[in-house]
Amino acid sequence: MNKILKKAFFSSNVVYFEVEAPLIARARKAGHFVLVKVGESGERIPLTIAAADITKGSISLVVQRVGVSSAKLCALNEGDYITDLVGPLGKATHIEKYGTVVCAGGGVGVAPLLPIVEAMKNAGNRVITILAARTKDLVILEEQMRANSDEVIIMTDDGSYGKKGVVTVGIEEVLLREKVDMCVTVGPAVMMKYVALLTKKYNVPTMASLNTIMVDGTGMCGACRVTVGGKTKFVCIDGPEFDAHQVDFDEMQMRLGSYKPLEQKAMEEYLAQTGSR
Amino acid sequence: MSEQTVSSRNAAWREQLRKSVSTKERTSIPRVHMHELDPLVRSHNNEEVNMGLTLEEALLEAKRCLDCPNPTCISGCPVGIDIPGFIKRIENNELLEAASILKRTSALPAVCGRVCPQEKQCEASCIYTQKLGKEAVAIGYLERFAADYERHSGKLSVPVCAPSNGIKVAVVGSGPAGLSFAGEMAKKGYRVTVFEALHEIGGVLKYGIPAFRLPNDVIDVEIENIKKMGVEMITNCIVGKTISYEDLKNEGYEGLFVGSGAGLPRFMNIPGENLIGVMSSNEYLTRINLMGASRGGDTPVLTGQHVAVIGGGNTAMDAVRTARRLGAQRAMIVYRRSEQEMPARIEEIKHAKEEGIEFLTLHNPIEYEGDESGRVKRMRLQKMMLGEPDASGRRSPVEIPGAVETIDVDAVIVSIGVSPNPLIPSSINGLSVSKWGTLVVDDHLQTSIPAIYAGGDIVRGGATVILAMGDGRKAAAAMDDYLRSKKNQKN
Repeated sequence: MNKILKKAFFSSNVVYFEVEAPLIARARKAGHFVLVKVGESGERIPLTIAAADITKGSISLVVQRVGVSSAKLCALNEGDYITDLVGPLGKATHIEKYGTVVCAGGGVGVAPLLPIVEAMKNAGNRVITILAARTKDLVILEEQMRANSDEVIIMTDDGSYGKKGVVTVGIEEVLLREKVDMCVTVGPAVMMKYVALLTKKYNVPTMASLNTIMVDGTGMCGACRVTVGGKTKFVCIDGPEFDAHQVDFDEMQMRLGSYKPLEQKAMEEYLAQTGSR
Repeated sequence: MSEQTVSSRNAAWREQLRKSVSTKERTSIPRVHMHELDPLVRSHNNEEVNMGLTLEEALLEAKRCLDCPNPTCISGCPVGIDIPGFIKRIENNELLEAASILKRTSALPAVCGRVCPQEKQCEASCIYTQKLGKEAVAIGYLERFAADYERHSGKLSVPVCAPSNGIKVAVVGSGPAGLSFAGEMAKKGYRVTVFEALHEIGGVLKYGIPAFRLPNDVIDVEIENIKKMGVEMITNCIVGKTISYEDLKNEGYEGLFVGSGAGLPRFMNIPGENLIGVMSSNEYLTRINLMGASRGGDTPVLTGQHVAVIGGGNTAMDAVRTARRLGAQRAMIVYRRSEQEMPARIEEIKHAKEEGIEFLTLHNPIEYEGDESGRVKRMRLQKMMLGEPDASGRRSPVEIPGAVETIDVDAVIVSIGVSPNPLIPSSINGLSVSKWGTLVVDDHLQTSIPAIYAGGDIVRGGATVILAMGDGRKAAAAMDDYLRSKKNQKN
């Protein structure tokens, strides 16, 4: 049982939580994730840690409300308890001084990108952060990113904030302008696919942090498997970060849809039960 | 054989009991039959298949046991249960006594009575099998009977524990190895804490073995009993991730037992294996057994009308029988050798067949094909024949050239074994790991770090509940010796 210390809405469907988890706060590094389960019969869902405060003994999570399990989590309030929380899991991000690093995040992928941006900056890199969102209201963590980046470029699909266009437009602008030694990308599978295609063209090594379906998160079930460089890898144990140029994003995208019809049906039932929330 | 076992055999009541019925009469009693739920009924629900023995049946079956002077059955038991000891208590209608004898050596008797392969262990070593050419005494059924009787009696006995010696030991994993170790160490007076990565205690007993073979309440009662012995159990805590081995040492833990179990499921690396609807038996069973998928839990599971389970072990049987229960019209086992080489228990195979499971033996999948959404829809099977015996002593399967069959499927469950869980080996520096990823231990189950012992699947790679429990018991004895001698050196 982990207490929710703080809750804030980044947008109507994106919630920020600060959760009591002293051991995880102490042990976690950039790139690590946790598994969260709400209720006795809840589902275990993986969430990448956005931040941690060792003195407060808390970690921060950013959750997008997409299905029943994330909706149940987002319905919790300050003072409520998360039934089960375990971590930190996965391999930590490989951090070193590369030179110039482009960190490109989209949607709620921006949250797990934050600790990577911080760590890359602390390692002495010049960090250029590119945040992409559909529209202005969905741009998150801008302030924190600015505090840890040498430059922040904001891209919105509708041009309501920053520059108009998708994330790759922003990345390419930087690639044309200066030498980039490393790129890190976190976001929807499709976004990461196009980031990888672009950086491959420019020969910039690229890491992608993958968020796949998991059950136990400890290497037992294999639900999270992805093909990397023609070989099957487990995101929970071998990842979550991989060489983006080797990841089969199409397969990943397909596998993410494994439960779509079941999830949609469950969500309709949940909404019917809980009213129009 | 322990002194206790010998002395209890020499007790006056026992001698009298032995003499009260002639050997001829005892051996003329036919072996009892287990009552089973009707296959048509049980293949649509999750009720336990084996229904247990009645008191009369148990008393009669107990009479069959000859109380041999040299009970070979005990040497067939990985934890060395005093088998004639508990059976004679049953014959004497002292059922709670029988249960307490079981608990002296086994932390989970109601579990062992259900899932142990007795036919390969104690019952294979029974004098009936060895010398008389008759069916063995139904030791497993009797074990289950005694443990169930105690559970239902409301008079659960807690094994006597030595006074606390104040020494703290930690256990990684709450499966059969860890629980057995924890129970043994508590009996010896240690302060034991079990750290479990999942949100529930029980390991494979909970996530792996389905309720129709091992109901959850049976496990929970035995876990509660271990807690009553003073064992602390912490869920959602991964040693090596949430807390480090260094943390444990700093908190005063002097010994660590690793029973973290089997991890990574194996796949065959054939085309289409990552299609939607192709999954490991670990995933399938965990979703259903641990997470309650399809039975009210929030976790979804992909079910199908035509389900193929690849493999011939007990886990494969569990998966295919689960698929049947979730409504599969066609639930099939696909196995590359013949039925004779199947590692699953004979009882599981029998139960599966009664429930309408198809057995495609001498077939090996070579490719899966999907529909436009990526869901598996067909599998291509290579037909096999048996060749020469291989390293395992079983006749190895050989392809029949050109004999390929295509079968429609909408779910495939791959159950061809697991590799050890890599979390612990990769997070504690200085542990020797074999090329298979198992922890290297000596004869006393001590790892390359003297204060760390290990047992169960993290050492064996993939074995049974009872072998894991035997390891836990053996490691407890060895760690006890180690910690005592360390204490003595200090004093």
